[in-house]
Amino acid sequence: MDIRLSGISHSYGDFEVLRNISLDIPSGKIVCIVGPTGCGKSTLLRLIGGLEAPNKGSVLQLGVPADDCLNPLTYVFQDFALLPWRSVAGNISLVLEDHDLSRADIKNTISDVLARTKLTDFARALPKQLSGGMKQRVAIARALAVKPAVMLMDEPLSALDSQTRELLMDDLVALWTRQPFSAVYVTHNLDEAVRMGHSIVVLSRCPGEIREVVHLEKPLDERSYGDSDLQFRQKYLWNLMREEAQAADSELINV
Amino acid sequence: MSDTEETGIARQVAFRGGGFAPTPYRWIGLAVFVVLVSLAEIGTRSGFISPLTLPKPSDVLLTFGELYDSGLLWTHLAPSLTRLAVGAALGATLGIGVGVLIGLFSYIRAGMVPLIAAIFPIPKIALLPLFVIWFGIDEASKYALIAFGTFTPTVVATYGAVDNVDRTLIRMGQSFGMSWKSIVRKIILPGAMPGILSGLRISLAIAIILLVAAEMLGAEHGIGAYILEAGALYNLERLFAGVVILSLLGVLLSTAIGAIERYVLRWRT
Repeated sequence: MDIRLSGISHSYGDFEVLRNISLDIPSGKIVCIVGPTGCGKSTLLRLIGGLEAPNKGSVLQLGVPADDCLNPLTYVFQDFALLPWRSVAGNISLVLEDHDLSRADIKNTISDVLARTKLTDFARALPKQLSGGMKQRVAIARALAVKPAVMLMDEPLSALDSQTRELLMDDLVALWTRQPFSAVYVTHNLDEAVRMGHSIVVLSRCPGEIREVVHLEKPLDERSYGDSDLQFRQKYLWNLMREEAQAADSELINV
Repeated sequence: MSDTEETGIARQVAFRGGGFAPTPYRWIGLAVFVVLVSLAEIGTRSGFISPLTLPKPSDVLLTFGELYDSGLLWTHLAPSLTRLAVGAALGATLGIGVGVLIGLFSYIRAGMVPLIAAIFPIPKIALLPLFVIWFGIDEASKYALIAFGTFTPTVVATYGAVDNVDRTLIRMGQSFGMSWKSIVRKIILPGAMPGILSGLRISLAIAIILLVAAEMLGAEHGIGAYILEAGALYNLERLFAGVVILSLLGVLLSTAIGAIERYVLRWRT
């Protein structure tokens, strides 16, 4: 299943956030969206997943998701959004309980996604007992459990320290390599973008418009920390954004 | 050593952190209690405090013992506890129900919040004659008074708690396509639980106050009736024995809620 954004514009009152965004998200690829603070990255992601409705333009699903897909558009949030009163397994079962699944199915799915995210030993732990990186792995496991057609990742690693971020990036790449999924990956971190993205969409500052789409051909599993060609691309992206980031930084917040 | 020689002075950096962190000290509360009671005992025994000002604590204990031995304690305590249980259960259940509805539906909120704000400050005791007319002089009017008194604070605490449920969790539920019912049952209600329970603490204390008020106005048995009777006869020992029972009741309820909180909210950090 592909996603097509055609001519999306959105504003909050008089404040224009996004202008005329058209973009294709091909299946099996990771599309990174980068841009300066307040350029509407997260708004765009909420529009794609139907948590908000655009003022103009539309988000289209092209084709039908696979039969076993329970929730085609599935988010991974920056702040994890785990229920603190449910265990790791309980948090995953939460999103399966509303579907017509047998107890055995639910149990199998939970143990499968826990194994894929290396969380099997922590099934009964409560979120408060887990580190930030582990919490995000639980959230990723929960997203995988509903077999999404497209994962919508809203700064998934931004709340984590840089070492944990490295580890989780490796995990995500390993997950993708084993079983490619489509994803829209919003981040402000250019290092993450060049490591995770098949294509990188650079948005301009408010109103957010597509400035450039950069394609990276190098396979995800061959990219690693400090690759010189990736750093070159990262530098290019930074030059694109630098001035706007500076302007965004020195601007009064308009909310 | 070489540093000392170079600069001439070496001083320990003075500690200036610490404090501003509540630390539990278990026995101090009890000690304050014991000291106050002993002061009263010494004062009354020495005659420094006249028997009309304060009864001897030991006499109060004796009166309490007599009350227990004669079986009258249960005659008074049983109806009181029944009234408290029925009234508070009614009021709290209704209050939580209405509070959740206010939290969930904007129309109900718009209609009910001003009404609750209007009812809240009314001293419910003032309405007792009205309740007597509506529900009769028997138990029903007492239940109604206690229920009404616990209802309003419970409503306010509950809808506040529902409002405070983390919105990102609700968005998460929606983004996974959870049904409205599931979101309410599995995300909003457990998320509001801490606020509801702390509201219940206040509501139950109010219930005890109203229990006594209701019993002072026409009840044959009950702690309130017992205190009223003792007061009318200026029997201070009995009066204090009654008051002590109420205090104990309050401490007991508060401990019970604490235990429930620890169990239900064990997921909290």
